[in-house]
This record gives sequence, C-alpha cells and structure tokens, in this order.
Amino acid sequence: MFPVEDIRKDFPILQRQVNGKPLVYFDNAATSQTPQQVIDAIVDYYSNYNANIHRGVHSLSQEATDKYEEARLKIQKHFNAKASHEIIMTAGTTHGINLVASGFTALLKKGDEVIVSALEHHSNIVPWQMLCERTGAILKVIPMNDEGELIISAYDELLSEKTKLVFVNHISNALGTINPIESIVQKAHAVGAAVLIDGAQACPHLKADVQALDVDFYVASAHKMCGPTGVGMLYGKEEWLNKLPPYQGGGEMIAEVTFEKTTYADLPHKFEAGTPNICGGIAFGAAIDYMNQIGFKNIETYEHELLDYATKRLLEIEGLKIYGTSKNKTSVISFNLKDIHPYDVGTLLDKMGIAVRTGHHCAQPIMDYFKIPGTIRASFAFYNTKNEIDTLVEGVKKAKMMLS
Amino acid sequence: MTIKAIQEDLIDEFSMFENWEERYQYMIDLGKTLPLIDEQYKTQENIIKGCQSRVWVHAEMDGDKVVFTADSDAIITKGIIAILIRVFSNQNPQDIIDADTDFIDEIGLKEHLSPTRANGLVSMIKQLKMYAIAYQTQLN
Repeated sequence: MFPVEDIRKDFPILQRQVNGKPLVYFDNAATSQTPQQVIDAIVDYYSNYNANIHRGVHSLSQEATDKYEEARLKIQKHFNAKASHEIIMTAGTTHGINLVASGFTALLKKGDEVIVSALEHHSNIVPWQMLCERTGAILKVIPMNDEGELIISAYDELLSEKTKLVFVNHISNALGTINPIESIVQKAHAVGAAVLIDGAQACPHLKADVQALDVDFYVASAHKMCGPTGVGMLYGKEEWLNKLPPYQGGGEMIAEVTFEKTTYADLPHKFEAGTPNICGGIAFGAAIDYMNQIGFKNIETYEHELLDYATKRLLEIEGLKIYGTSKNKTSVISFNLKDIHPYDVGTLLDKMGIAVRTGHHCAQPIMDYFKIPGTIRASFAFYNTKNEIDTLVEGVKKAKMMLS
Repeated sequence: MTIKAIQEDLIDEFSMFENWEERYQYMIDLGKTLPLIDEQYKTQENIIKGCQSRVWVHAEMDGDKVVFTADSDAIITKGIIAILIRVFSNQNPQDIIDADTDFIDEIGLKEHLSPTRANGLVSMIKQLKMYAIAYQTQLN
C-alpha cells in the first residue's frame, strides 16, 4: 500500500488550517507543495555555503559550485539527457520556452510554418506568436476533440516541408490529457521539423525520458515537482543548442570580452547569463531526489487511483460535467456545475478550506472550444488522500445547494 | 441617505450573520434576485475584465445624482455589486469621490476586494469613482 500518511508528514503545510478548516490542497497543477527535505536543502544552502558560483577561488564558492553542478547532474539523470551540458538551468518553463523561441528568430524566415496544439497553456502559445511576428512565420494549430484529445489526423495534414517547429505540451494543464508525444515527434522529424515539449504538467506525474521520446527540447519547472518557484530546466539536444544564438548577454555566458568582439562560453553556460538561482537549482535537485525516492511508478499508480475515485465520486453529483475525458489523462479534473459560474463554486470551496483553481487556467482557447468562461480544476498529487476527495465532494454539494 | 449612513446600515445587517454560510447565502440571494442592469448596457464598452468573472457597469446622471447599474456573470460577484450599488448609486459625484470602502472589511468581504482577486471588483470601484469624477467635472 502507498504510504500516503507517512508522506504527508514530510509536508509541513499540509498540517495547517485555512479559514478554520484543515487545508485540502487540490491546486497541485498550479504549484506543488514543498517537503521538509527540500526546505532543508534551502536552509542548508543559506546557512552553510551561500556563495556565487563558477568564479570564486575560495572554498565556499567551490562548494556552492559543486552542489549546483551536482543538481544539474541529477536533472540530467532524471530526464535521461545524454550530456549534462544539454541541461540549461532556467527560471522556469516559461523562461525555457522564451529562450528557444528567441533563438529561432535567427533560424526562421517568412512563410515557414510552426505548429502549436489547441491544448496549450498561454506560455506555450504567446512566445511563438511573438516569434511569428518577428519572422513572418505562420502559426498552425492542431485541433482537439470533445474528449480534449488532439486530433492526430489533422496534425498529419498540417505537417509539410514548410514546418520548422512543433511545440506541444506533454500533459494539458487545463484538462490533464496526456498527449502522444512519441508519434508527434516522429512525424515532425519525418518532415525535418524540431519539437519542443512543454513538460510543466508532466514532470510531477511521470518520468520523461528525453532520449526515448527523441524530443529536441523539453522544458519543466521545479515548483511543479516539489521544488521551489523561480527555477526550471531546458533540455536541448546539443546540436540544437549549438545552433541557437545566446538568449541574454551578461557575465558567466562569455569566453572573452573586448569592445570589438565577444566570444561566447560553451554549453550550458552560453545560455546562463548572470548569477543564477543557485539555491533554487540545488533545491530542484533535492526535489528530484525526493520524488525518485518515493518512485514515479508508485506515484503514477496511486494518483491514478485518486483520479478514478474522484471521477466516480464527482459524477455522482447531478449536473456536474467533467471537461477532458480522455482515457489517457493524469490526476486533473476540470469540471463545472450546470448553470453555475466556476468562480462562485471556487469562492465557496475556499471558505471550506479547499484550494482549487477556477478560471480559464491560462488556456483560453480550450475554454472557447467548450464555450465556457472557465472551469473548476481539482488537481491531485501523491500526498492527497481519498478522504480529502470526499471533503471536496461534500464541499461541491454544499456549494451547489447554496448557489441553486 | 448619505453614503456613510448606508455603510453603517450594512455593517449592522451583516453583524447579524453568525457564520460565513449565512453571509454568503445572503449575498447569493441578493445576486439572484436583483435585476441590476438593462441588457442594452451589457456591452463590450461597459465591461470590466477580471480574470475570472466579468462585470458590467453603466452610469447616468439623474438631476445632480449619479445612478449606477451593474451586473456580473458570477452570482457572488453580483451580490457584492448589489451592495456596492446600494452604497454608491443615487449620490452626488463629490460624495462618491470622497467615499471610502472601509466598510467592506467590516462586513467580512475584504478578500473579494483584494487587488489579487481576479473578479473585477477592484476595477469596478475604480470605475465608479472615474464616472463620478467625470460627472463632477461636468457640473463644475
């Protein structure tokens, strides 16, 4: 049996009350909670070896550099990148996407095509729209069906020798759909296009193997997988990272600087201008250790149990509709009550100590597809319990009664 | 009635509620029963975009008073709007400009007016004041 009660003890925040009720935290898709092991890593850094990295000759700097680079190795191993210099430390998923989108400015020309999916978060749409504005490239969209799945036959039709880049999320943040990445990548590569996968929603639920998936770029955020905010990673195949120009100029990313000409540092430092989030990077490593210690297979199995249970229980409520009904989905349930605005339900649930997300989840095109202003989204993590799901179900029933 | 007097009435009324359920049920019922805005004014022009619930506001002068009507697609937001309209509508522009909104805190609805709350209410109050300023300028 999955030791959820023991695991919960690792998370100090799960002991607190909100509005006088024990916190039920179901907004994990927005940000995950932080275990003591990760908090300890943060405290340890600032208490014992806070120093700037990669430049000091003194011992503290060396220690901090070692720990930071150790974290990069943990990330490399976790995502199974071929080399550690293929892991760029970023400020998060959005930063990683913008870095790649900016780099492609030099590689695209007018009339080239790039493909996005209808299931994307705004952060995997807007940087590419900006890229298209800069280059004259054309944005194409893979449509979705009523289950919230991508229509792959339509993707086939969009692909051509004009396609230069495809960017899709591994898992949809609004609906939880797991996209068929292998086939999306294979088909893109067949026409010579590069693929970026937004792994922000996948990283807390499954272990992505970037070599097996054969993706060209993969981005993720630490705070979605028990790490701190403001840090993330960009994986890029070496050949692609070498093709992209630097994103930001500054210290750390140079080999030699004169006023006539600057030469850039090798990977990964070419993309890591300025003092990075050192503490965050190290804590990211600690979060990866923590999750792997629990085991992603165990997490997947347990979260699926939670998903099935919550789906069954929520559907007992008359007038409740779930959006995103793919068989292939993670522990995210987006739903609405008939004729009731999601904001109202979320407000009342909050009064009951239940944290859910309401709104369009930064995925307005999905809401437009379903012709709704938004949904209530409950997203479960491995430290949630069936008891908490029962509390949610009772809460939704109560909200429905008050609002009907 | 002055704005201050209406606010004091509201504080009195809300002090009768014993728990959050009663307080919210009252707002929900307010939101449900009141037709707040003429459909013709639910235009793109009159919309105040919150991230989540939408709010429409319309203003017109009736003599020397500003009359507000407003609406929202979310019922709790609509209930709070009903309260704000009760306070600010049918008042002189200068009184609206000078009025504070501290009563919101006292009736236990502060969280709805935090700038981080994506319901459009903070922008709505700003909008009410903007209308009042515009009308006051006309009067001058």
